[in-house]
Amino acid sequence: MEFLSYLISGISLGSVYAIIALGYTMVYGIAKMLNFAHGDVIMVGGYISFCAISYLGLPGWLALILAMAVCTVLGIVIEGLAYKPLRSAPSLAVLITAIGVSYFLQNTALLIWKAAPKVYPSLIPTTNAQGESNALQLFNGQLSISYISLLTMASCIVIMIALTLFTSKTKMGKAMRACSEDKGAAQLMGINVNATISTTFAIGSALAAIAGVLLCSSYPTLQPTTGSMPGIKAFTAAVFGGIGSIPGAFLGGLLLGIIEAMAKAYISTNLANTIVFAVLIVVLLVKPAGLLGKYVPEKV
Amino acid sequence: MKKKFFALMMTMVMVLSLAACGGKAETSAPADSNTPAQSGETAEGGSTFKLGTIGPLTGDAAIYGQAVANGAKIAVDEINASDSAIKFEFQSEDDVADGETSVNAYNTLMDWGMQVMVGPTTTGASIAVAAKAAEERTFMLTPSASSTDVIAPGDNVFQVCFTDPNQGIASADYMADNMSGAKIAVIYRNDDAYSQGIRDTFVSQSKANNLEVVYEGTFTADTATDFSVQLTAAQAAGADTVFLPIYYQPASVILTQAAAMNYAPTFFGVDGMDGILTMEGFDTALAEGVMLLTPFSADASDERTQNFVKAYQAAYGEIPNQFAADAYDGVYIVKAALEAAGCTGDMSATDICEALVGVMSTISVDGLTGQGMTWAATGEVSKAPMAVVIENGTYVLP
Amino acid sequence: MKKLRIKQHTRTDFLTYLGVIILFVVMNILKSNGTLSRSLTGQLVPICCYMSMAVSLNLTVGILGELSLGHAGFMSVGAFSGIVAAMSLQNIIPAVPLRLAVAMIIGAAAAAIAGAIVGTPVLRLRGDYLAIVTLAFGEIIKDLVNCLLVGYDSKGLHMAFNLTGSKTIDDLGMKEGGIAIIKGAQGATGTTTIATFTAGFILVMVTLFVVLNLKHSRAGRAIMALRDNAIAAESVGINITKYKMMAFVTSAALAGAAGALYGLNFSSLQATKFNFNTSILILVFVVLGGLGNLWGSLIAAAALTVLPELLRAFSDYRMLVYAIVLILVMLTTNNPTLKTFFSRFKLHKPTGKEAV
Repeated sequence: MEFLSYLISGISLGSVYAIIALGYTMVYGIAKMLNFAHGDVIMVGGYISFCAISYLGLPGWLALILAMAVCTVLGIVIEGLAYKPLRSAPSLAVLITAIGVSYFLQNTALLIWKAAPKVYPSLIPTTNAQGESNALQLFNGQLSISYISLLTMASCIVIMIALTLFTSKTKMGKAMRACSEDKGAAQLMGINVNATISTTFAIGSALAAIAGVLLCSSYPTLQPTTGSMPGIKAFTAAVFGGIGSIPGAFLGGLLLGIIEAMAKAYISTNLANTIVFAVLIVVLLVKPAGLLGKYVPEKV
Repeated sequence: MKKKFFALMMTMVMVLSLAACGGKAETSAPADSNTPAQSGETAEGGSTFKLGTIGPLTGDAAIYGQAVANGAKIAVDEINASDSAIKFEFQSEDDVADGETSVNAYNTLMDWGMQVMVGPTTTGASIAVAAKAAEERTFMLTPSASSTDVIAPGDNVFQVCFTDPNQGIASADYMADNMSGAKIAVIYRNDDAYSQGIRDTFVSQSKANNLEVVYEGTFTADTATDFSVQLTAAQAAGADTVFLPIYYQPASVILTQAAAMNYAPTFFGVDGMDGILTMEGFDTALAEGVMLLTPFSADASDERTQNFVKAYQAAYGEIPNQFAADAYDGVYIVKAALEAAGCTGDMSATDICEALVGVMSTISVDGLTGQGMTWAATGEVSKAPMAVVIENGTYVLP
Repeated sequence: MKKLRIKQHTRTDFLTYLGVIILFVVMNILKSNGTLSRSLTGQLVPICCYMSMAVSLNLTVGILGELSLGHAGFMSVGAFSGIVAAMSLQNIIPAVPLRLAVAMIIGAAAAAIAGAIVGTPVLRLRGDYLAIVTLAFGEIIKDLVNCLLVGYDSKGLHMAFNLTGSKTIDDLGMKEGGIAIIKGAQGATGTTTIATFTAGFILVMVTLFVVLNLKHSRAGRAIMALRDNAIAAESVGINITKYKMMAFVTSAALAGAAGALYGLNFSSLQATKFNFNTSILILVFVVLGGLGNLWGSLIAAAALTVLPELLRAFSDYRMLVYAIVLILVMLTTNNPTLKTFFSRFKLHKPTGKEAV
């Protein structure tokens, strides 16, 4: 029974990673840049929704929409000011700029919201008014799955399907795939490459806002550095599954969460991270482009 | 190549121009932030001392460094506004909780002319600075770095908080006396000197006290999101008491996740747990029945604590935690020691240090974090850790 | 023509050496007559370490052309093995400079071994996948050092690995009078600080010497050929694995020596110091200084180490300003209009910097 509990912990954690990884992989697939500021956009999304719920008293869904709107605008602004001028620059220059943006967002958040960690009001409270656990109980209460985990998993699957449909069916999605394949050729076919990349950033940032709300709801704590570690983990997850591949990000995130939970439970809590990274290395040695990435990786 | 050269020149120009701006701002900053601008003798025959503090004002641990800087600032302002003969000029520097930056911050303060130091805040950084301070004979009083390694480098390094071994032993003793037969699980942070230090002494003392530790789980800064695995394992091991020698932020997540699992052991924390009740958005019902050792309680009824809390809230809009209280006490301890030693503001940092080392073991200070605090020659403070239990959102004595 | 170009290489190299020597002399003079602020004096050794780190990473990123996000891991290996060496050899080698040198060599050797272990699998990958694996190794090294317990007593060195989180330094079973060198998360505390600016200067010179010589040797040209086109290089008979490993291990060893010096400059050092952020910091030096441009790395490392300290006057806004400076510098240095403007401006000045 404990095994199932651990598995559920792993899946819950993994679905949070997956949802962040989806944003990462979107941006990487099209813009070909490692957006290290993605984790910090998540943090901003968390803070915006926190303020909306705690200070303005808005309901959770409205707070989520507000956070998505703010993050989308933020994403477009960051892209326009910091990344767009570097379109033709070497990719390392963009990487360093992304890191600068990450520092900028963290320190701005520190100035606005102060360093004191805040407790996030979960979209679905983990305990009810009587202080009893608010979760789906199975096997006479021996196994419990919190509703927020179920919500995270469901949103993760919905987002994955929506993104897949978007990139394969819509005009904009097809333009994105074209840009991903060959920017020059895409431009010749009359696709506005700059606008396409900006749209990708907008979508990626909106996804980050959703990820921020779900991350903070599942693990209810919020401070200016909240996004950085999950960001790196999600980056790992995206590579694990094959960066640029949407189902890959989903699979990579879930596996990463499960491996982390199992390593903590059965091997060593000290080395949980080491084991996660060791598995990643082994997988990449066997499949150099990640689990679902092809050798010429299939991009979005 | 040429382009790169010029790119680089640009960088240098920018850096230098910024440095120039920095220089200008530096000279003006202390003047307007401190009322008595001149150090040395003042008109009434009193003395002004330059007091510096160091802590992480940015980064992951910013909450602790800011609390220390703010707490110290309140004490300095109070003293300067009073009719005390001793006044302070105050400056706080950022160290991002990093040893290298902390040493840089210390050197910056020494350039400024610091005579006494209340800092640094975190353990690792404090050890690095303590070695410098011991070598150069600068008086150092750390408000919150609790490892014994901090006070080891020299006889001029003192602490306001009690040491890690002290807390670990006190926790184990308290459990042996009051919770015999407890099956204990320990969850601690494995990449944090504070957490590991308390855990080590707690476990060795609980062996001596015949307490049963049934599970030990760790986490690191990188895995501090999810604790459900550790909690499930602790529950499976039959633990009815969970010892948490960690800070309040991860503890708040642990409490929430345990409630979500219907796991309700007795949680037992140490001084890092203080602050959990005042976290913005925290449901205090989750902390019901949590026990902790703490030297400070923001809702204590004595006048000094209430004044301090009021002043802190007015200035920073937050309820002060134990770090702020330790720093506040630290400034008053320095003041008491300066008075006892009869130091004047024109003395050098080294002379002040020698004088203060001479009197530290003789003075006794009443502060927010303890009555009648005294110091051993090693630098360790003697004050009793107080075990409290949280009931209805406040600390009560069990 | 060819002759002239070689001459220009050599001239740039000598100018680089000369610059470092002049800087060292000037700093020493300023230090001795007390005009250098204490803050800057205290940063001299770390600056030397970061310079050496930047040059060694430039070997991997700029000359070999592989993005490494885990360079701090090798610094960590060097730092902790250097500390263990220096602390346990205290009685055997009483002469401090010699002990420091031995510690740095041991640090370099340990990091080279780590580099070989990491390099074997890593260098089979390409591009961003390689980057993420170096990141993974950096994190793994951090976690492993975090669990390490090392002590020294009359019987020699004791070592244990705290896998379950339940071991402490007492479990090493040391005799009375033994010293704990590395105590898990508490790291290496109470280290005798023996690092000096002179040692830092020598380190930078040696690093430059090694990297410049490697770059201009036959091996170096093979490495650069690999960077530009691996398939073409292989087709003319260049052994890819051998040359990649050569560059990678050299880079790791130099980082290890820098780490050892860094570790012995502070009496307290924790494994968490060498995290992802430190790796990134060094990468920033390299990118800002210019890929493959060694003296650029030196200047960028020095400037960016001093910058946060100079920004202290901004108090709360310090790191924010740092972030803005970083973004602006990247935008300016990569701005096509400015680039053309400056290169035109540049044409009028004969500099002889046309190398590479």
